[in-house]
Amino acid sequence: MKNNKLSRKIVLLGALIVATVLFLAGCAGGKQGDRETGKAGDAGTIKVGILHSLSGTMAISEVSLRDAELMAIDEINAAGGVLGKKIEPIVEDGASDWPTFAEKAKKLLQRDKVATVFGCWTSASRKAVLPVFEGNKGLLWYPVQYEGMESSPNIFYTGAAPNQQITPAVTWLLQNNKKKFYLLGSDYVFPRTANKIIKAQLAAEGGTLVGEEYTPLGHTDYSTIISKIKAAKPDVVFNTLNGDSNVAFFKQLRDAGITSRDIVTMSVSIAEEEIRGIGAENMAGHLAVWNYFQTTDTPENETFVKKYKSLYGQDRVTDDPIEAAYFQVYLWAEAVKKAGTTDVDKVREASKNLEFRAPEGLVKIDPENQHTWKTVRIGEVQPNGQFKELWSSDGPVRPDPYLKSYAWAKGLSSE
Amino acid sequence: MARLGSKEGSQVTRFISLAVIALLLLAPLFLSEFRLSLLGKFLSYAILALGIDLIWGYTGMLSLGHGVFFGLGAYCTAMYLKLEATGGGLPDFMSWSGLTGLPWFWQPFEHGWFALVMAIVLPVSLAAILGYLTSRSRIHGVYFSILTQALALIFVILFVGQQPYTGGTNGITNFSTIFGYDLAAPSVQTVLYYISVFFLVATYLFCHRLVNSRFGRILVAIRDSENRVRFSGYNPVWFKTFVLALSAGIAGLAGALFVTQVGIISPAMMGIVPSIEMVIWVAVGGRGTLTGAVIGAILVNAAKSSFRESFPDAWLYFLGFLFILVVLLFPDGITGLFTRLSHRYHRVTSNISTGKTVKSVQPLESNRV
Repeated sequence: MKNNKLSRKIVLLGALIVATVLFLAGCAGGKQGDRETGKAGDAGTIKVGILHSLSGTMAISEVSLRDAELMAIDEINAAGGVLGKKIEPIVEDGASDWPTFAEKAKKLLQRDKVATVFGCWTSASRKAVLPVFEGNKGLLWYPVQYEGMESSPNIFYTGAAPNQQITPAVTWLLQNNKKKFYLLGSDYVFPRTANKIIKAQLAAEGGTLVGEEYTPLGHTDYSTIISKIKAAKPDVVFNTLNGDSNVAFFKQLRDAGITSRDIVTMSVSIAEEEIRGIGAENMAGHLAVWNYFQTTDTPENETFVKKYKSLYGQDRVTDDPIEAAYFQVYLWAEAVKKAGTTDVDKVREASKNLEFRAPEGLVKIDPENQHTWKTVRIGEVQPNGQFKELWSSDGPVRPDPYLKSYAWAKGLSSE
Repeated sequence: MARLGSKEGSQVTRFISLAVIALLLLAPLFLSEFRLSLLGKFLSYAILALGIDLIWGYTGMLSLGHGVFFGLGAYCTAMYLKLEATGGGLPDFMSWSGLTGLPWFWQPFEHGWFALVMAIVLPVSLAAILGYLTSRSRIHGVYFSILTQALALIFVILFVGQQPYTGGTNGITNFSTIFGYDLAAPSVQTVLYYISVFFLVATYLFCHRLVNSRFGRILVAIRDSENRVRFSGYNPVWFKTFVLALSAGIAGLAGALFVTQVGIISPAMMGIVPSIEMVIWVAVGGRGTLTGAVIGAILVNAAKSSFRESFPDAWLYFLGFLFILVVLLFPDGITGLFTRLSHRYHRVTSNISTGKTVKSVQPLESNRV
C-alpha cells in the first residue's frame, strides 16, 4: 500500500517539476526573444504599446479605440513615421480586469520597452496602471472623459475633465430653465464623484436636487426608479449610467410613456456607439454632452470619418473617445518630433502647449496638468442615431481636473 | 522489498521537492523583473489553491466565495500600504468622496504589523462564523456553495457602495513603500518573491502534515460520509468550522502577498467569477492532492498570461478549450492523469515480475482494495 502511494507521490512531484521547468523555460525563452526584438526595434522602428480590453465587458467599447489608434499609427507611418523610423504597435489585452491591466502595463514597459502606451477606458484600469507608469517612468495616453481629481506626470489625459463636460452641461441646463435635477447613475466611482460635483454646483448656481439613485453595473430593471422619477417630477434626469443599463433604462422610460418632451435626460456616457445599442428610436430628443460628435463640422473630421468607415466598415460610427484615441497618437508623434527623441522627460517637456488640429477642432496640451484643451458640445439625439449640436463653447476650454477655478468646488478635492 | 522501495521512494520524493524549491529559489537569477513578479503572483495563487483544496478536495465543502477571504486579506494589507503612501494624510478616494477625516477603523492600519495580523484574523473570523452556522445547521453540498456565492455577492456590493471607505470599484491602489522600502525597486520585489516562496513551502508542509494526520483522515471521512462520522462519535461541526477558518486564513495570507506584488485590490477580485476561477485551478490541477492544487494554480495562470500575450484577440477561446479538454479527458485533473499513467505502468511491470517474485505482487494487489 505504501509503495504505491509513494510512487504516486513521486509521479506527482515529477509532474510539478516538469510544469515548473516548462514554465521557467518558457519565461527564459521569452527573455531571449525580447533581446532580439529589442534590437530590431532600435534599428528601424519605435515600439509603442496599445492597452485596451479586447475581451470581457469593456471590449465592446475599447476595441474601437484600438482600431482608431492603429489607424493613426498607420497614417503616421505612411507619412514617413517619426524621427525617420516607423512606429510598431504592440497590442495587449487588458481583459476588463484591473490587475491584468497592471500586469500588461508592466510587460509593455519592462519587457517590450515601449516608448509610450495608448490605453485604458475605465478609471479603475487607469488607477491600476498609474503606479506602474510612475514606477517605471513610462508614459500613458488616456482618451476617455473621467471624473478628474487626478494629474499624474506620467499620464496625458486627452478626454474631458469634469469642467469640460459635466460642469458646462449643468450650467447650460440651468440657463435653459431646467432647475430640478434627478441624478441617476451606475454604482461606481465616476457617477458618484460626478454627482458630488453636480450637487455642489446646483447648490451654488440655484438648482435643486429632487432625487439621486445608483444601480449596480449591469442592472436592467428600472421600473421602480422610473416610478420615482415620475413622482419627483424633475426638469431633467442627469444620467451617468454605464453600459447595458442604458438600454434597459431608455426602453423602459419610453414604455412608461415618458418622452424627451416630458422629461429630458442629459447623458455623459452615451455616444454614437452606445446609441446603436440602445436604439435611436428610444433616445431621440434626449441630450448628451461631449467634445466631439460624428457630425462635428470640420474638414479634419470629414476625412477622419471617411477613413475610419472605409477601413472598418460603413456601418461603424465614430464618437468622442474614438476621436480622442485617434488624435492622441498624433499629439505624441508631434511631441516626439519636437523633442527629437522618445525619452519620456523630453517628450513631456516638448508637449507643453503643443497644439493639433484634431477632428473636433483645435486641441492643446495644458502645460500644468497634462490634460487637453477641448471644445464642449451639447447635442440632441436624432432619429438616425447621430447628434445635432445645440450648443458649443467658444473655442477650447482650459482643463481643470481639480475644479480649482470654481469657488463652489472647494472641499471636493484634496489639492 | 516493499520497505526498501519506500525508503528509496522517500529519498526520491525529498530530492524532487528540494529540486523544486531550489528551482524556485534560483528563479530570480534567470527571470526578468517582470516575469519574476508574475511568478510571485502565481505563487500567491498557489497558496490560495492549497487552502481551497483543503476544504474542497479533502473535506468536500465546495466554497464558491473564497475571493472574499482572499480580498479581505488583500484589503487589510492595501489599507496599510495606502496609508503609508499618503504619509498619514487622507487617501485620495476619501477626499473626493467627501470624507474630511480618517475613519476610526482605518486608523490602526497605519501599523504594518496590525494590518498583517488582521489580513489573517479577519478572514478567519468571518469563515469561523460562516462555518459554524452552516455546519451546525447541517447545510452541505450545493446549499453551502450557494451560501458562499451569496457571501461573495454581498461583499462586492458592500465594497462598491462604500466608496468613501473602500475606494469603490477602483479599489485601493497606488502604493509607494512597504515598511519604508520602495515597492517599485527590483530588490524589494525579489525579497517579496522569496517571502512568497517561503510561505508557499511552509503552507504546503503544514497542509501536508495536516492531511496525513488523524485529523486529515477525519476530514476525508466527512467528505465521504458525514453521517457515518457523526455516528462514530465525532462532531463534524468543529472539524468543518476549523478547516474552513484555516482555509480562509490561508486565503487571507495569499491576498496579502498578492497585493504587495501586484499593487492593486478591487471588488472585482472578490466577486463570484474570480472565486469560481480559483476552484477551476484546483480542478485542473487535481483536487484532493496538494501538489495538484499548486500545479493547477501555477499552470492555469501561466497559460492565461502567455495566451494573452501571444493571442490578445483569441486567448479566451484557447483557455476555454484547455478547460474543456481537462474536464473531458482528465476528470481528476493533471495529477489524476499522472496517477493513471503510473498505475498502467505498474500493472505492466508487475505482470512482468509476477513470474519471478510473488512478494512484489502482494503489496500491489492490496492497493486496489
